Amino acid sequence: MDDIILKLPKSIEVALIEHATSLTPIESCGYLSGVGETITTFHPMTNVDNSPEHFSFNPKEQFSVVKEVRNNNENILAVYHSHPETPARLSEEDIKLFNDPDPVYIIVSLKDKTPEINGFKVIKPNKNEIKIHKVTIIII
Amino acid sequence: MKIKLNGEETTLDKDSITISELLALKDVKMPDMVSVEHNGDILDRDKFDTTQVKEADQVEFLYFMGGG
Repeated sequence: MDDIILKLPKSIEVALIEHATSLTPIESCGYLSGVGETITTFHPMTNVDNSPEHFSFNPKEQFSVVKEVRNNNENILAVYHSHPETPARLSEEDIKLFNDPDPVYIIVSLKDKTPEINGFKVIKPNKNEIKIHKVTIIII
Repeated sequence: MKIKLNGEETTLDKDSITISELLALKDVKMPDMVSVEHNGDILDRDKFDTTQVKEADQVEFLYFMGGG
C-alpha cells in the first residue's frame, strides 16, 4: 500500500486535544470528515461506554452524523478516540474492533505532558489476516 | 427493484432481499459488526435474516465503532 496521508488543520488538532482533555479520564471519541485527504470538520461523539478504557459510538448518533456529512458533500475520513493514560498506539481491543477498512483511526494520547496524535489504517482482508498501516498526518 | 442504499439509488436484480443477503451482496465481511437502519428504524441484528427489503426502501448501514 502507498503511503497514506491525512491533512489535519491546526485548528482541528487543537479541538481534538481540547475535547480529549475536557473529558479525561474518560475516553473521548468522534468522527472527522472532509474531502480527499483533507479534514475539514470535527464531529465530537458521545462515548456511550463512558469509560477510561473503552469507547463506543451511539449508532443513532452515528447514522445522524454520517447523513449530515453526506449532505455536506464530505466523506468520513477518520475516527478519533483518546487514550488518557496510554500511548497513541492501537490497543488489542482497537485492532479487534476496528472493522471498517475506510477511515483512518486517529488516537490522541494524553499520557505525556505534550499530547501525541497518530493515525492508522486497519485492513482485514480475511478473518485471519490483519494489516496495519501507519498514516502520515500533516498539520496544515 | 430500486432502493436507496446509504443515500444512493441502487438497482437490485431481485424483487425482495433480506438485510443479510444485502450485506453479503455489498461484500460486508463482518455483518455482525454492522448497524443497519431500515426505513428510519435501527434494526436488531437478530432481525437481519428475516427483514425483507422491498422496492423504494431506504437502507443505511455502518460499522459499529468502538475500541479501547
